[in-house]
Amino acid sequence: MAHQRLPVTIGHFRQYLALINNGSGCLHRTVSSYTQVHAKYCPIQYQSSRRFGLLSRSMQKEEPELTSVRYNVQRGNFARISSEDVAVFEKLLPGRVIADPEELVGYNTDWLRMCRGNSQLLLRPKTTEEISEIMKYCNAHNLAVMPQGGNTGLVGGSVPVFDEIIISTSLMNKIISVDEISGTLVCQAGCVLEALNTHLSDLGLMMPLDLGAKGSCQIGGNISTNAGGLRLMRYGSLHGSVLGLEVVQADGTVLDCLSTLRKDNTGYDLKQLFIGSEGTLGIVTSVSILCPRKPQSINLAILGVSNFENCLKALKEAKGMLGEILSAFEFMDSPCIDLVKANLQLTNPISDMPFYVLIETAGSNGTHDEEKLNLFLEKVLGEGIVEDGTVATDSTKIQSIWAIRERLAEALLHDGYVYKYDISLPLANFYDLVIDMRERVNDIATRTVAYGHLGDGNLHLNITSPTYDHELLEKIEPFIYEWTSRYNGSISAEHGLGFKKKDFIHFSK
Amino acid sequence: MKVLVGVKRVVDYAVKIRIKADKSAVETASVKMSMNPFCEIAVEEAVRMKEKKIADEVIAVSIGPKQAQETIRTALAMGADRGVHITTDARTDQEVQPLAVAKVLAALVEQEQPGMVVLGKQAIDDDSNQTGQMLAGLLDWPQATFANEVTVADDKASVQVVREIDGGLQTLSAPLPAVVTADLRLNQPRYATLPNIMKAKKKKIAKHKAADFGVDLASTVEVVSVEDPPVRQAGQK
Repeated sequence: MAHQRLPVTIGHFRQYLALINNGSGCLHRTVSSYTQVHAKYCPIQYQSSRRFGLLSRSMQKEEPELTSVRYNVQRGNFARISSEDVAVFEKLLPGRVIADPEELVGYNTDWLRMCRGNSQLLLRPKTTEEISEIMKYCNAHNLAVMPQGGNTGLVGGSVPVFDEIIISTSLMNKIISVDEISGTLVCQAGCVLEALNTHLSDLGLMMPLDLGAKGSCQIGGNISTNAGGLRLMRYGSLHGSVLGLEVVQADGTVLDCLSTLRKDNTGYDLKQLFIGSEGTLGIVTSVSILCPRKPQSINLAILGVSNFENCLKALKEAKGMLGEILSAFEFMDSPCIDLVKANLQLTNPISDMPFYVLIETAGSNGTHDEEKLNLFLEKVLGEGIVEDGTVATDSTKIQSIWAIRERLAEALLHDGYVYKYDISLPLANFYDLVIDMRERVNDIATRTVAYGHLGDGNLHLNITSPTYDHELLEKIEPFIYEWTSRYNGSISAEHGLGFKKKDFIHFSK
Repeated sequence: MKVLVGVKRVVDYAVKIRIKADKSAVETASVKMSMNPFCEIAVEEAVRMKEKKIADEVIAVSIGPKQAQETIRTALAMGADRGVHITTDARTDQEVQPLAVAKVLAALVEQEQPGMVVLGKQAIDDDSNQTGQMLAGLLDWPQATFANEVTVADDKASVQVVREIDGGLQTLSAPLPAVVTADLRLNQPRYATLPNIMKAKKKKIAKHKAADFGVDLASTVEVVSVEDPPVRQAGQK
C-alpha cells in the first residue's frame, strides 16, 4: 500500500490511520477511532475495480470487436425489436427501460473485454412478476433475451452475442429475511455478494462463498454459474448451500422452489438443475441460502515453496494438521508475484520463491487455532517443505495478503488481452500443463501465469498479450483442451461454458 | 544503545466497535484484538535502528492481561530482542490511564537505561495521545512527537525528528536520551517472517506487576457511560 502525504490544513487536527491507494488511482481515506463515527471503511479497497465502468474506462483504448464479427457466429431466427415492443416494456417498467447506445456499451461488453454484443434494449425489473411478464411477452413475440447480473463472468456468458434484450437483475436487491438461528438467508437474485456479507456480518453470519468479484457479482449469477471461489474447500459448493430457488422459466412460468428447509426429500430436487445452468433453463429471481457462522478468528499464512511437489506436501500436511479449521488453500507461481508487482505495485510480503501457497484458517477459538497453526508451521518449516513465509493475524495485513491473490485477474487485464483458462486436473499432473503451455507460447505471449484453488484441484492458467492475437489463440486452443482431456480433467472447473467454451464441452463430457 | 518500545493490545482496527448493553465500556469479549497500529510503526522503527546498528537491543513492553503476551510476541517476531509484560486485569482501554502507564514506563526506564523510548503517538482505543508526552515530563527528557522521520546522529548524542503538525512538517533536533512517538507515515511495518516467528517463541518475556515498580494502576477517572455517537442524519437537499 502506498502512503501518500496529504496537505494538512491549518486549524484542523486530522487522524489519518490509513491512506489506501486502490488500483484505479483514487484515494480512499479511512478514519477510525472509538470516539468518531465509523466513516466509510472500505473493507476491500479493490472491490470497486471489478465494477465494469471504473476499470474499463481507465484502460480503455478502443471497444473490443463485436462478438458477431470476431467469432464468426450466426444469429438465430429471432424477431427484431420494434417500437411497439419498446412501448410495451415502457408501460410495464416505467423509467426502467434503457435504449441509449452510450449507456448500453457497459452492459454489452464483458469484464474481460473479449466479447461485445449489440443489444439495443436493457430492461431493469424490480420484481419476479415483472420478469415473468417480460418473459411471457418475449416468448410470445419470439424475442431473444439475455439475463444479466453483475456482468463479472469470465467466459463471455453474461453479455449478448447479437441484439438480445438484456434483462438486468441489478434492481432486485432486497434482502427478504435472515433467520439467525438456522443461518438461512432469503433474498432477491440481484443482491451483490459483498452487500450480503456486510448485512450478515452484523448478525454473526457470512456467505458460504467468496470470490474476487464480490464487490459486483450478484447472487443470482453466482448460483446460475455454480460459482466456486476461495472457500469452496471449507463450505462446499452451491449445490449444497442453496436451500431453495424461485426461477422464471422461458415462457414466464414462475417456478417456486423457494424452500428454507435444510432437509426435504419429497420428490425431485429441481433447484439443482438450475444451479450451474448458466441461465439456459430459467432466470433465478429469488434465493434461499444456508449461511455459516462468521468465524471468530481468522489467520492467514503465505508460504514460499521451492517446487510444486512441496506445494502438494504442504496441502497434505495442512489437511491433516489444520483439518477442520482450514478454510482456504490457494497457490500461485512466481510470475503471479511479478505480475502484481509490475501492474498493481503490490509488494511481496516474503522473499521471492518459485511457488507460494496461501493458507487460511477460520475457527471459533483463536487460541486453539493459533496453536494448531503454529504446530503446522513448525512442522513444514522444520521438514523443509516450506522455506519462507509470514503469518498475518490482524485484519489489515490479512487483507493486503489476500489482495495479492484476489487481484490477480485485475492485474492480468493491465497487460492488454487475457486468455483465461480454468481447468480441473488431478493433482499429480497439475503443474505439468503450465510447464508445457509456457514452453509452447513463451515467444509470442507477454506472460503465462498459474494460480488457483489447489485445495480443490482447480488451476487458473492465464496467458496475456498486448492485444488480441489470433495466432496466439490458435497455439493455445485446442492444445489446452486436448491436454486436459487426456488426463480426464474439466475444461471449465468453475467459470462455466458461457460463450467461450460452449463448443468445447466434448473435451470433458 | 537500548531502545524501549511500548506496545498496546487493542481491538483490531478493522473490527466494528460495539458498546456493551450496560453502556459501561466497549465490548471486547470474543472480539479480535491486535497490536495498536501506531505501536507497530514504533516497533518497526526500533528494529530498523537495530539493523542500522544504531541500537543494539530492542525491548518491547506491554501493560495488559495474559493475552498481552501475544502482542509482545508479535513485536519479538518483528525483531525485538526481549519483552517485558506488566500484568493487570484492569481494562487497558479505559481503566489504565496514560499517567499510570507513563509512571510504569518511567520506572522501567530507570531500570533499563535505554537511549530512546519509542511509542506510538496514541492508541486507537482511547485516542489519548498523552503517554509519550507524560513520560518525557516524568523523566525530564526531550520529546519529539508525531514523528514522520527519525534520524539519529552518528555520535548517538542527538536525534533529528521531522514532526507532522497542523501547519505542515517541523524538524527539530533533541539530545538523547529522548522520547519519540510515531505517526502514521514514519514507516511501513514489515511482515514478520516465519523463521522469525519461530525464533520469537524462544525470546524471553519478563513478567512483572505494576506494584513492583511502585506504581498503582488504579484509575483516577471514573467512566460514567460509553455510548455510540448519534446516528448521522441526512443532509439537506
